[in-house]
Parts: sequence; C-alpha cells; structure tokens
Amino acid sequence: MVDKIKVENLSCFYSGKQVLKNLSLTVKANEILSIIGPSNSGKTSFLRTLNRMNDMNVYFSRKGNIFLDDDNIFDMNPEKLRTRIGMLFAMPIPLPMSIYDNIAYAPRVLGLKNKKNMDEVVEQSLRDASLWDEVKDRLNSSAIKMSGGQQQRLCIARILAIEPEVILFDEPCSGLDPISTAKVEEAMLKLKEKYTIVLVTNNVKQASRVGTRTAFFLMGELIEIDKTQNMFLTPKNKTTEDYITGRFG
Amino acid sequence: MNFKLSPKLSQKIAYTLLVISTIIVIVPVLTVIVIIIKNGWSALSWEFLTTMPKDGMRAGGILPAILGTLAIVSCAICITLPVGVCAAIYLNEYAKDNLLTRIIKLAIVNLAGVPSVVYGLFGLGIFVMLMGFGVSILAGALTLSIMELPVIITTARGALSSVPYSFREASWSLGVSKWQTIRRVVLPNALPGIMTGAILSISRISGETAPILFTAAAFYVPHLPKSMFDQVMALPYHLYIISTQIPNMPKNIIFGTALVLLLMVLSMSLIAIVARLYFRKIRKW
Amino acid sequence: MNSKITDYIIEKIIFLCGIIAIVFVVLIFGFLLKEGFAFFKEYGVFNFIFGKYWYPSSNPASYGVFSLIIGSLLVTLGAAIIAVPFGIMTALFIAELAPKGIRDILKSIVELMAAIPSVVLGFVGMVTLVPLVRSILDIPTGLTAFSGSIVLGFMAMPTIVSISEDAIRSVPWQYKEGAFALGATKWQTIRRVVLKAAMPGIIAAVMLGIGRVIGETMAVLMVTGNAAAIPTSIFDPVRTLTATIAAEMGETVRGGLHYRALFGIGLVLFTITFLINFIADLFLNKKK
Repeated sequence: MVDKIKVENLSCFYSGKQVLKNLSLTVKANEILSIIGPSNSGKTSFLRTLNRMNDMNVYFSRKGNIFLDDDNIFDMNPEKLRTRIGMLFAMPIPLPMSIYDNIAYAPRVLGLKNKKNMDEVVEQSLRDASLWDEVKDRLNSSAIKMSGGQQQRLCIARILAIEPEVILFDEPCSGLDPISTAKVEEAMLKLKEKYTIVLVTNNVKQASRVGTRTAFFLMGELIEIDKTQNMFLTPKNKTTEDYITGRFG
Repeated sequence: MNFKLSPKLSQKIAYTLLVISTIIVIVPVLTVIVIIIKNGWSALSWEFLTTMPKDGMRAGGILPAILGTLAIVSCAICITLPVGVCAAIYLNEYAKDNLLTRIIKLAIVNLAGVPSVVYGLFGLGIFVMLMGFGVSILAGALTLSIMELPVIITTARGALSSVPYSFREASWSLGVSKWQTIRRVVLPNALPGIMTGAILSISRISGETAPILFTAAAFYVPHLPKSMFDQVMALPYHLYIISTQIPNMPKNIIFGTALVLLLMVLSMSLIAIVARLYFRKIRKW
Repeated sequence: MNSKITDYIIEKIIFLCGIIAIVFVVLIFGFLLKEGFAFFKEYGVFNFIFGKYWYPSSNPASYGVFSLIIGSLLVTLGAAIIAVPFGIMTALFIAELAPKGIRDILKSIVELMAAIPSVVLGFVGMVTLVPLVRSILDIPTGLTAFSGSIVLGFMAMPTIVSISEDAIRSVPWQYKEGAFALGATKWQTIRRVVLKAAMPGIIAAVMLGIGRVIGETMAVLMVTGNAAAIPTSIFDPVRTLTATIAAEMGETVRGGLHYRALFGIGLVLFTITFLINFIADLFLNKKK
C-alpha cells in the first residue's frame, strides 16, 4: 500500500519540555492506524501536530518533518492542511447551531454557496456517519440537544462534509457508553474504505477491534509498530506485552 | 460574665441582622427613587421635554439639555464600542500571552477604576486644548469614550472568553481560518454579553457629569446644537447647575429634571438586566 | 480569493484598534505624569502634599493639598464604616439565605443602585439629608463630612455587595458540606468556613468600593460644604480632592500655575485609585 503520511524524526516540545522523541513512522493509505499507550505518552500531541492544531499553542515547538503525499505539511497553509486532515476530538463538540448548520458550517465558509448542493453534502455526510435516519426529520433543531453518541457522529459527519483525505480520531469514545462506542467504531470501519484514519485510544481492545496496524507509544517514544494481529499475538517488545495484557498503564 | 449563646439562638440573631442590613441597604435607594418621582412627576409634561428653558431656567423646558446629552452619548458610544470590541478581540484572540500583553491587560482593568473627574482633566488637556476641539460635543464625546473604553474592553473580553475554547478548536480543525472562526462562532455567541455591556455603558455615561464639566457642557446655550464643535447643555450638568447655582429655582423643575435623567439611566439599565437574564436562560451551551 | 483579502483587512483593523486603545491608555498616564510633574518641579512635592493651605487666589497663592487629602480620607473613612459591614452582611444574605427568586430581584436592585447618577444622589442628599443632619445634630450647617459619608456609603454599597456576593457564591460547596458533616449549624458554617474562604474576594470588594468613593466627585461637591480647611470633627464641612478639581477648573487660567496644580491633584488621585485597584486585582486573582 501507498504511504499517505510520512513522519521523519519528529520531536515536539511544550515550553521546552520534550513530549515526543525523534519519532519516525508512516501511515498507509486506507488503513486505520491505532496508537495506544498510557496517558502522557505523547499520543494526542502527535495527533495535534499532524494537522498543525498545535500551531495555535504559543508554547509549542517542534523539530523534524511530516509529509502528506510528499508535501511537507509545515510548508502548507495550515487551513488548507486541515481541510485535508480532519480531526475528531475526545469530547463531542457540536457548535451551538442547528444540526444542518453544523454540517454546512465549514463548506459554507470554504465557499460552497449553492443551497441544493449544500443539501446534498449534508445528507451524504450524515448518511456516511450513520446518523441520517435518526436526524433527517429534525435537521433544524439544535445540535446541543442530541445524545452524546449522536453528537460524536455529527462531528464525524461535519468532517466528512469537507471531504478530507485523512481523519484523526482523538480518543473518540472516551465519553461514550458501549452501544454508542460500537456505533462509532462501525462508522470508522466503513470510513476506512474512503479515508485514511489515525486513531488514538486508551482502550487497548478498541485498537485490536478496528486497527489495521497498531503503534505503541511510551513516554514520547515509539516502542513498537506492527500489524495489529502481530502485535497482539506476538509482541516483540516486553513493555508492549505488559501494556496490552494490562500489567500497567 | 461567662455565657455562651446556643448555636440555634445565635443563628437566629445572625439571620435577623442579615435581613435588617439588607433592608437598610435597599430601602434608601427605593426612597430616593420614590422622592424623585413624587416631587418631579408634576413637572413632567410634553412641553417640559420639548421646549427651551425660560426666565433664567426657572420656567420652560429642558429640551436642549436632553438633546445635548443624547448627542454626546451617542457620539461617545459610536466611538468607544467598535474600538473597544476590536481591542478586546485583539487582546483575547490574537495577542501573544507575553509580559507586555499581561501588563496591558492589567492596566486596562485598573483604568476602569480611575475617577471620572481625572478623565475630565485628561479630556480638557488633550481634546479641548492640545487638539483644539474646544469645549464641544466632540471633545466631551471623546472624553467619555476614553473613560468607557476600559469598561467596554473588560466586559467584551469577559463575553469573548465565556465562549468555550473548544468551539474555536472545532472550527479551526475544519480548516476555518482564525478570523472566520471569530466572525461565525465566537462573536455571535459573545454578542449578547457585549450588547448588555454596551447598554450598561450607555446608561453609565449618560449620567456622568465630571468628565463633561470642562469638555462639553455649557451653563446655558440659547439655541440647539448644530455641529460637533458646539458647546451644549447636558442633562446631568444642567441638574447640577439648577440645584446649586441658581437661587429661587422652583423645586418641581429641579425634581422634574432629575426624574428625566433617572428615567433615562434606569430604563437602560433595566433593559440590560432583563436582556441578560433572558439570554442566560436561552443560552445553548 | 476576494474573501481572503477582506479577512486580511479586517484583521489589520482589529490590530489597529487594539493598538489605538493601548496608546490611549499609555497616553492618559503619560499626560497626567507630564503635567503633574511639571507642577511638582515648580512648586515642590513636599509643599504640595503637606502644605496646609489651599489658597489659589490669594497673593502669593499657596497650593497645599493636605487639608484636601484629609477631607477625602475623612469622607472615605466614614463611608467605609457605613458601607463595609452593611455591604458584606447584605452580600451574605443574598448569597446564602435569599431564595432564588428574591435573590435575582435583590441583585437587580443592587445593580440599579449602581446606575443612579451621582449628581442625582448628590441632589437628593442635598435637599433631604443635609437639612435633616443640621436639625437633628443642631449644627450650623448640614453640609458636612458626615453627610458626604452617608451619601458615599450608599454609593460604595453596590460595588461591595455585588463583588462580595460573587466571592461568597464561588466558595465550593464541598467546603460547606464538610462543615455540615461535622454537625455545624448553617450559620456556624457561613461564619467559619464560607466567610474565611471568600475573604480575598471580600477584601477586593471593599477596596474597589473605597476606590469608587475616593474618586466620587459630584455628590461630594454637593453635600460636603467645600471648606478648604483641616476639619476638627466629622461634623465639619470639608473639601475633597475631586471636588476641588471640579469646582475650580472652570475658573482657572489655562496653563497657569493654578491650572497645573489641579493636574497635580489629578495625578495624586490617579495614583491612589490605580494602586487600590491594582491591590484589589491581586486579591481577586488570589481567589482563583
């Protein structure tokens, strides 16, 4: 498979404190790369560097490079980059507007004016996020009033509306019950066909359920990266084994 | 003597004291309002509001004072609101969090407590004399707007920062630029807070006397204001003049003037208070 | 690409406004400093602050503000004695005892109280309180520091009540629960736990209230009698720093020594109130 994202010798710092240490890895097209590891191991920092959300943090600095299809992302316009690499946060963050407007928000700002086309984009995005049937009769009601699981799928639909190439999931199910989690995972597996996905999760089982490959981070270092099956059956590294069998973390 | 009140009894006494103290704080205010309404009501008429003063202000109406105040206040708010809101956006959304920014924020918070008469001095020195606007609507409005700037900036910053940071992140993560995020997500949600703050500011500067004392207000002007560079009569200053400087002033005209000023100021405050309660109730997040 | 350009222009306008606002902030300080220091250099800081006589129109004129400072302090002290205990007790009532509906109404009234223009309060004080003080105490004039203190006390209350109330309500409920669990009555809890935890905020509230009183101009001008002499008791007429500026600025020769002396007073007022606010701000931040 083709390499979609290539990370080369990436180090990240907050106020000079190093959180990622000389990290190199690749993300292949149309795979789900799960990143596991205990908290404070640099998973979220890594994710937020991939779409340059960390640019907004004045205490952040980095060394090394990241390439998206051979383009260095640090040479790209960050806004353009974020339309190619979408991001889903740990807590669902619906904007305080209607369900329809939440989806239409970004396309509208980015220049889609035609109402009919917009309707299509909204419907298709909601369908792809497995939410259309639940909300098609109340598109104009407030997104804040939805349940947590629905909100998270709305946020997925919102990302799909800008037609990204890569989607970053930052512990997307940490606030959800098992049924809602299953629905989000189902949506993720469906999305894999069209998009490349990087999933950060605290839930080792989730990684084993959905990950094509899995990477294990510890204290800002990449300990191991392999096909999910291989890693869970025959981890090469002792620390990895301890972590996935629940001996620490 | 060595005795101790039982906890129950001391609680009862304490509660009674708190209630009494609340009454002592509230009743005088209501009394002031009642006194003014009772004594000023008889003077209030269409004529009083729409005619010029006569007989050395001992008769006739207060039209020029009302118009003067409206002119000064509307100019002031037109200057201070946009500048203040932009400054708040700059400080809250764009400024880097460094020592200089922190000093500026601190200075702005503290300037809100500087006495209004000191702003009057500043206005006199800068706008009336240095810039040569003379004693005029413009100089008074600029003085009031400088005085109100720290207040507007502080309330607007409060409204902006009450919009959750996560909304901004969600918007940025969709490839929306910083300004578009502010315009479409942050500002609409901060607007109720900014507007109630603005109404309270209008109310406050309408009643201010000291800053316009030497920058805009005139004892008596026989005609209505024609340009920005005219001296004008102003309601609060007029009240000060007729209650202290003019002998044998009919009481009901003074009270009537006070009543008009009070109605103007309190009605705006009331609108702001009610609007705030309403927006808090319908707030979506 | 057109919208990109508009975005760019708007962002630049925002930066410009930020800078304008900041420039004026600096300008106020710089301007007062310049005018005030020019006067101090000519007249002497010591003579100015500790000079007993404020006779701007005698020959030679003397510009000692000591009596004015005493006047301001006396009125402020009186106002604080009235406003602080009542203000805090009222804040306690609103925050801890009043049911929700009454709390909203009381808070609104307090806010309206803050909105009444000082010239209106001064006028009402002048026609009601001043004659009352004169006849009850049987003194030659009711225009005294005492009357000023009462009027200003009520002007300080809204600030003290609303900021203290905020501080009291922001005490975490776990603190109270802990005290209740130990068998304390509600009042014991309020007195020993809530008041103590809210203290930094209450101190800030008191300081901001006092700051407002020191800077208050029109009401004191109308009820304190404006006698520029060192008062012997609170029942004497006094003149404050603010009232002096308001009363005399209109009559001075622009740019003359008297004019600059008033700017000197302005600088003193600016410094005092800025310091008070600064300290209050420290307390407010400590609370968080």
